[in-house]
Amino acid sequence: MMIVADGLEKTYASGGRPLTVLHGLDLLIERRSFVAVVGPSGSGKTTLLGLLAGLDEPTAGRVILDGQDLSALTEDQRAGFRAERVGFVFQTFHLLPTLTALENVLVPLELVGRAREARDRATGLLERVGLADRMDHYPVQLSGGEQQRVALARAFSNRPRILFADEPTGNLDVDTGATITTMLEELNREAETTLVMVTHDLQLAERAHRVVRLSRGTIAEDRPGAGVPHSVQPSP
Amino acid sequence: MNLGFALRLAAREGKHGARRVGVYMTSISLGVAALVSIHSFRDDVARSVQAEADALMGANARFSSSRAFPDSVRTIVDSLEQAGAEIAAVTTATSLVLAPSSGDVRLLQVRGVSGGFPFYGAVTTRPAGRWGAGIPPNVAFVDPAVLSQLRISLGDTVVVGGLRLPVEATVDDLPTDLAFQTAVGPRVHLAMETLEAAGLLTFGSLARFELFLKLPDRAARDAVAERYGDVLSATRVRYTLAEDQAQNLSNGVRFLGRFLGLVGLGALLLGGIGVASAIHVYIRERQPGVAVLRCVGADQWTVFVAYLVQAAALGLAGALLGVVIGVGVQRVLPVVLAGALPVDVTPELSWISLLAGLGVGVWVAVIFALIPLLALRDVPPLQALRRDVTPPRPTWDAIRVVAWLALAGSVVGLCVLEAPEPAIGLGFAAALAVSVGALAFTGWALARLTRRFFPGWARYPVRQGVSNLFRPRNQTISVTLAVGFGAFIVGTVVQVQANLVDDLSDSFGGGRPNVLLFDVQPDQREGIVALMPPGLEDGLEIAPLVPSRISAINGVGADVLRSDSLREDRPEPWALRREYRNTYREELGPAEELVEGLWWDDLRSGDGAPDFAGGVLPGVSLEADIAEDLRVGLGDTITWAIAGRELASVVTSIRRVDWGRLEPNFFAVLEPGSVDQAPHTLIMVARLPEAEQRAAFQRGLVERYPNVSALDFSRVQEAVEAVLNQVRQAVGFLGAFSVLAGMVVLIGALAASRAQRMREGALLKTLGARRAQIVTVLLSEYLALGTLATATGLVLAWLGAAVVMPTVFDIDFTTHFRPLLAIWLVVTGLTVVVGLMGSRRLLSRPPFEVLREAAE
Repeated sequence: MMIVADGLEKTYASGGRPLTVLHGLDLLIERRSFVAVVGPSGSGKTTLLGLLAGLDEPTAGRVILDGQDLSALTEDQRAGFRAERVGFVFQTFHLLPTLTALENVLVPLELVGRAREARDRATGLLERVGLADRMDHYPVQLSGGEQQRVALARAFSNRPRILFADEPTGNLDVDTGATITTMLEELNREAETTLVMVTHDLQLAERAHRVVRLSRGTIAEDRPGAGVPHSVQPSP
Repeated sequence: MNLGFALRLAAREGKHGARRVGVYMTSISLGVAALVSIHSFRDDVARSVQAEADALMGANARFSSSRAFPDSVRTIVDSLEQAGAEIAAVTTATSLVLAPSSGDVRLLQVRGVSGGFPFYGAVTTRPAGRWGAGIPPNVAFVDPAVLSQLRISLGDTVVVGGLRLPVEATVDDLPTDLAFQTAVGPRVHLAMETLEAAGLLTFGSLARFELFLKLPDRAARDAVAERYGDVLSATRVRYTLAEDQAQNLSNGVRFLGRFLGLVGLGALLLGGIGVASAIHVYIRERQPGVAVLRCVGADQWTVFVAYLVQAAALGLAGALLGVVIGVGVQRVLPVVLAGALPVDVTPELSWISLLAGLGVGVWVAVIFALIPLLALRDVPPLQALRRDVTPPRPTWDAIRVVAWLALAGSVVGLCVLEAPEPAIGLGFAAALAVSVGALAFTGWALARLTRRFFPGWARYPVRQGVSNLFRPRNQTISVTLAVGFGAFIVGTVVQVQANLVDDLSDSFGGGRPNVLLFDVQPDQREGIVALMPPGLEDGLEIAPLVPSRISAINGVGADVLRSDSLREDRPEPWALRREYRNTYREELGPAEELVEGLWWDDLRSGDGAPDFAGGVLPGVSLEADIAEDLRVGLGDTITWAIAGRELASVVTSIRRVDWGRLEPNFFAVLEPGSVDQAPHTLIMVARLPEAEQRAAFQRGLVERYPNVSALDFSRVQEAVEAVLNQVRQAVGFLGAFSVLAGMVVLIGALAASRAQRMREGALLKTLGARRAQIVTVLLSEYLALGTLATATGLVLAWLGAAVVMPTVFDIDFTTHFRPLLAIWLVVTGLTVVVGLMGSRRLLSRPPFEVLREAAE
């Protein structure tokens, strides 16, 4: 298994009162699978994503990511783990405004000190997403779709084993969103990455291998999607 | 416009605004604090001085002269005494004083006092009550500093002139003293008859004669000036009223205070830039909300007024805080400036200063907020629907022009109001504009250069930190400007002071002479030379000093020249009136350069030499500036009055003199042989490198030649350095306000870009950055920012000092790197600490929480 969520519970303090967002949720995700997490607003999708990625700590339960129990790691160790094995794509792109497109893609590689191989790989990825001529542009000089393509290249730059995407097309028009999704699928297939995507967009969700629907902090539905899983290889 | 709605909106939004940009408003506080404290302090000084006017003089009025009072003045004094005035005499001479018990010698002021001086104010002595009805004969009272300088205690003996006197008391407080006077020249107080018996007042001695008057009323004080004015001016006796003296004293402090006020105003205007910068960011942030307001029907001006009211309210809060701080600082200033104050200053609340500070603070906040606020009018309602709609670029309409003019007018107006003279205010405003422009440009250029040339091989977190300087809304320029301005002021003051001290050491140190003897009688010459340590006599320079006045130029009497104001070639009256101390000598001095005419030997060799006045008159060589003031050139004749005789001379050369060098230099050098027989004294200049040599030499002088005065220039150097230090402290103290104001602008900038910083930090964490890497990013950013700002300020300070030293002080400029390095360390250190403190939540918050907030 690539991801094991075991009895996940998350409670926030909201307006001075505790608000439980996830209620003892269990979830297994296989290697190289593409899982879409859907559900209405407030159902706990993004909270689940944050916990699976080790960006936040559960109130109860645990997450085992690529064989590593995240609760056994300190925050710094979790950061190191993410730098090595996890990629992200966000709804609001989250590019560093002070860096060029190329430099943004370089960040994950540079954080782990792989700067030497970094440039070629980053350039290759930007060419792959069709931004060969915009590498030296700053985020403000790029359109929304272009920014999300830079974010995609960044997400794949450290050859992550798991990629988390949070509403990756949420801020884009339909056509651009479709292009981004196609790229995401292709890159995912080529890099043999496990992809977990949170989305409102049911059409997009149908392209996944598996669709998990959340409702009020629990899994309301877990079914196969229309996407074709690429060949599953035995886990090590 | 809907004013009611605007006010309600301002009240509702105000809380949010206070949280977001409130800290910025404290940059106004520091400027207001500086102004309030300085204004109140000026009032305190003026009030204290006027209240103490009579005590500061010790009398209602005073006659003073540099020579013994002539009989005509004595007659006036007698008649005043008969009319009921009380009179006291004080004569002050300068003399070497020896303490036999320690063997130490110092050049001190020796004062003889008679009558009931001072008539006002109480003299504090130790043991108490000794001054009483005056100083008893044949004893010495001394300033406390004399005890430590001569290493003696009460009861020991001092040798003053030809007398040995027991020290009976110290004078701990004489109400007529100014603090810095006693620090520079401590005194020995004697009864008048004791001073006369000591034999210090011989021909040519430098002494000051004063008669203090206690007059029945104001009318009597004015009557003296009216009735005897002619006699007094003819005899060069000054008549000064206590009120006028007090006025002069407080004018001096007022002038200093006004300069300090300008420095304070600089801090306030810096705060203004901080406000403009904060409002700019705040407005950008509020744009979506403003667009919604516009959508639902609020017009441009309603929105504008709502935010203007918020800015004014925040400015008022900032100014109020400033007033409170200012009242505190007002109590510190008398301590910082103690050495420069004529009286003890009691701080009192000055409501006018408080209100003025408050008003100026609010005004600066509003006027600086106005320009960024005007951008609110351009927010398109469409932005409520589409965030990516960019507002049209602001165009130059009439309102914007008026706002800029109001800003420029306010800055110039405040500078002129605050400055000692309008011209200085205008100059200050111009200098401010130039330095702010130069700082902004240098900051901008340095930032661009850093970005361009920052080494690519540097570690990623370091590069990220440096590139953060270019983060949108980071206000790098305004922070650079604010922090750099503080560094600029402090840096300039430090460079100028260090160069002045250098120059002092150059003048008095090295191989330069360091002991000056004056009042040497011609027959004492050989004996004094014999007192010099063996081998050092050769360095001794001796010049005769012939007291002279000008009685005529080209045959026209000095009185005629002076009174004929219509004459085109009328000499400067002061140059005609002054007493000249001329000399005669064979050679040009080392600090002199002949610029016109011929020196004696060429003049008299006959070969083609011009035939001035038929060659029958003795020659005189004039210093270039005095020749200009006297409107004379080669060939003109000057008739001198020397000890009751007249001597005609012809100008045969003009010299340029480097007055900065400690050599015996003169306005007029007469041809040898012409005045050798006239009564004269000698001045001698020697170099005695060792302190012990100077002490032994001075002891010998006191014992054998009590009339001779010797000035030890290493003491003068110390005294001047002490004064320079005091001024540097005062300016530096207020310069620190600018540095603090800069820090507040930095804190405000951090607060304004906090959300973005948090988001970026969280993103880096999400992408796998460890804590240490994030700390490195932050450290690099603030180190780069601090260095950029300080470097900008210091580069300008260096340029400023390099321009000021040769032009204003006429001194070659040398760079002092160590103080610059110290300023860099302190200011950059502060920036790093403030920056890291402001970012600490970035490290502690879980990244996911931040990213969710950012997405909302």
